Order: sequence, then structure tokens, then C-alpha cells
Amino acid sequence: MSKILVITSGKGGVGKTTTSASIATGLAQRGHKVAVIDFDVGLRNLDLIMGVERRVVYDFVNVVQGEANLTQALIKDKRIGNLYVLAASQTKDKDALTEEGVKKVLDGLKDDGFDFIVCDSPAGIEKGAQLAMYFADEAIVVSNPEVSSVRDADRMLGLLASKSYRAVNNMPSIKQHLLVTRYAPARAEAGEMMSIEDMMEILAVPLLGVIPESPAVLNASNSGQPVILDQESDAGQAYADAIARLLGEERPLRFLTVEKKGFFSRLFGN
Amino acid sequence: MNASPHPTDDGDTAAKNHFVLKRRAHNLMIFELHNPSIVQLALRLKDHMAQAPNLFKNTPTVLDLAPLEDGFKVIDFPALVSLLDNHGLTIVGISGGSEAQRNAAARARLALFPAANQAPGAEPQLAPTQDAAPAKPAETTPSEAPSEVQADCASNMVMRQTVRAGQQLYARGGDLIIEASVNEGSEVIADGDIHIYGTLRGRALAGARGRKDARIWCQNLDAELVSINGIYRTRDSIEPDLIGKAAVIEIQQDKLIIRAFGFV
Repeated sequence: MSKILVITSGKGGVGKTTTSASIATGLAQRGHKVAVIDFDVGLRNLDLIMGVERRVVYDFVNVVQGEANLTQALIKDKRIGNLYVLAASQTKDKDALTEEGVKKVLDGLKDDGFDFIVCDSPAGIEKGAQLAMYFADEAIVVSNPEVSSVRDADRMLGLLASKSYRAVNNMPSIKQHLLVTRYAPARAEAGEMMSIEDMMEILAVPLLGVIPESPAVLNASNSGQPVILDQESDAGQAYADAIARLLGEERPLRFLTVEKKGFFSRLFGN
Repeated sequence: MNASPHPTDDGDTAAKNHFVLKRRAHNLMIFELHNPSIVQLALRLKDHMAQAPNLFKNTPTVLDLAPLEDGFKVIDFPALVSLLDNHGLTIVGISGGSEAQRNAAARARLALFPAANQAPGAEPQLAPTQDAAPAKPAETTPSEAPSEVQADCASNMVMRQTVRAGQQLYARGGDLIIEASVNEGSEVIADGDIHIYGTLRGRALAGARGRKDARIWCQNLDAELVSINGIYRTRDSIEPDLIGKAAVIEIQQDKLIIRAFGFV
């Protein structure tokens, strides 16, 4: 059974694409056959984060419009064999996507035996974002620990519960997860950031994980490596924990408190 | 002076004795038409409305033709209007559609609203959080999550999930009971009382169609705005020591009073 997973947030710049790349890669590392689709038509980014930008020939819109088939457009990841990227079009605008077209692509991926189809949503609540979440079975709502991001995430959760295919057809509702990104323990401790407790109290959905603010994320983006592949880094490990929880395993939350510097690291710097 | 209207009187003054023209923003229900077949629609509506038979009554509604995408489809407006009227939706006008469709609608004496300029499946409306006058939400209905709402008795409404930013609930003619929180950026309205068993962070308006004895109870007060019978207070004018408390909001001698209740 294929599972369609949407990564969404409402607000831009909170880490949807970073999360999509790492979630897709993490699921593929666990042996699942995974496709990750960039729904941000016109502002394509996922190909860069996944490091496949030089291999894009056909894109999502080409498949939607019947100019290429799925096999031609899916880009196979060179690091992990069962991971495929479907890039967004850089030249078309978001009206190029239609509900029927998206359904056709998703059905095609299901027929090809994909276990997970990860949809990387554009920001906003317009057509692109609505289509990205419309057919989802599960949703990961990404939010930074900051009020406007939380409000937009709340808005998105409302839309997931009322405007998705499952909601419209009175099916069991989309399973929702909260993923907090760019969490800086020191700033949270100083009261400059919202606490995880406050976010959960407002959003009232289960917590999938907390990704700490980390220079590893930017380094990973720059080098076209999903940060989950950097298992030395805190962010990479936090994403691996989130994957485990997504697959039903129990993992304690990490990276929530300020790391006390030991005697030697204080002495010699870090 | 006891001057009777003189024929040369200013036209405006003369008219004012009989009528006044004003602009006012109303919140309208949007009915998105995805398939103009009356027979199909009648069947689907019957099934759909059977789940909540009293949800709508004389609810002013705009028919949105944008999702049709096919401007050549002929729409039988008089039949459509009477069908929807049977289900409590009073069609006041249309939005979207081709020129031919709009002309046909005009012939059926429907008002022509500008196209929403939104994609099919896009949200027809947002909660009017910027509304200047929260006094009377004239005609509103749950705009986003009607499926989550279960009418327990004829007019009371029970909401079991969190009311989220952008959502709006209206318990027409009754009380509104919310088992979860009302988040910032959302709005809950009732003609009767409002009970919130979580935190009230958004806007709550009770006694919306004129009831001074309506009240709002909440377990935890953190509201953007509270209003009863049109008398309102914004967050800035709520006593800071009541924030975070279980509180009741009511009218006493034409003043909006907020007091803590329970073990305070």
C-alpha cells in the first residue's frame, strides 16, 4: 500500500524542502521505495537540496500535461537506490497543476509500487499548497518555534481537516504530525522562543520531532546532501529519530536542552 | 421651524425620510458548483443535507461558478435556485462563470459578484478577522469545517476539535459548546451562549442577534476579542489579572463584565 505524505506549513522558509528531502531519504534508507515530488512549480528547490539539479530533463508538469511519462521524469538518487525525485517545473506557473493531473501522477506512482510518496508543498494556502495536501494520507506540518509560524501551521491544520480529499469524502481524517524545526535550546531557555510545550498546547497534534537549529542544515543544502545523511550532526540525528517515530518506533526527544560545555571544551574552545 | 418639504428641496433630504442607502459587508455562504446537472445535484444534496437537516435556513449564499471551468455549460438558474432554496440556501447571486453564464444569471435576477479570482478548490472565504465592526455577524455559517460540527439538538452546536486559525463557527439560534480550544485567528459566534472547555485565544461573540443575557464561559481566557450583544472588548482592554483564568463574560448594566469563576 502506498502512503502519500505531505510536508506543509503555510509559512515560507520554515524548512519544508529540507524536511521533505530528509524524510524521503530517511524512509528510503530504511528500505522503502520512495518518490519525493516538488509541488513548488515556478520556484523549484528540491532538486538542489537533493543534489540532482543537473540531471533534470523532464519535470512534474511535463508528466501532468502528458509530455513525458513517469519513468522519464523520475530521477533516481545516486546514493540510495530506491529513492526517486520528481522535480518541479522552473518555467511554468502553478496553474499548470490540476487536480486530475496530480491524481494521475500519484496513481502512476502507486502502480509502480512506491511505498511512500512525499509531497513537498509550496508556502501559502493557494492552489499549489492545496493540491500538495489534497490526496495526502498523512501530513507533517513544519513550524518554527515562533508565533507567526505557529499561527500559519494552525491554519494549515484546519485546511487539512476540511479541504482534503479525505475530508471532502468523509473518509478517516489525515493523520497529522507536528515537526518543529530551527529550535534553539539556548534561546528557548532565555524565553526568546516559544517552548515546545506551548506549541503543542496550541496546535494539539502529536509531535514527530524537534530539529535543532544547526549549521549542518545550511552546509547540507549547499552541497546537495539531505542533512539526514550527515549522521555526525545533531540535525541529521534528529531527522533519523523523526523517521523512526514516523514508522511507529519509540524514540526519546533529544537536543531540547542546552548542552553544558565540559571542562576541556571550555578550556580549549570548540 | 415647521416647513413642509418644498418641491425645490434638496433631493437627498427628501429621500432620507423614506430610505437610506448604505454599504455593509456581510459574510456569505459560498456554494461551489462543480457539476451543473440538476438531477445529480439533487441526489447528492439530499444525501449530504440528510446528515444535518437543520444546518441551513434562509442562508444567503453566493453560487460560485469558477470550479466549472467550462464556460459553455448551460446552467438552469431558476431550477438551481429553487433546488438550493429547498435545502435552506437562498441564492443571492453568482460569482465567476463565463459571460454567457453571467448573462443567464442576470436574466434570472441574480446579482453578479466579481469572480473570487481563486483556483478551483481554493477557499471561498476567510473568516473576517479584520472586520471593523464585530457587532453583528449578520448571516454566517461554519465556513470551513461543517463536517466536524454535530448539531446535538435543533439549534445548539457542539465542536469537539480545536477551532483553528481562519475557521469560523456560528451556532445559529442556539448555544455553541466547544470541547477544545479556540485558537488565535479564529472566530466563534452564537446567538445564545458560548462554552469553551479549552483556552479561548481567538474571538468569541455571544448573543450575536441581540440577547443581553447571553454569556461566554471559558476555562482559560486569552482572547483577542469577546463580545455580547454587540458590546465588545479587545485584548488590550481585558484586565491583565484575568488572563489565563477561568472566566465568564456577561453584560451587567449595559457594561461588558469579565469575572473569574471557579476556585480563584
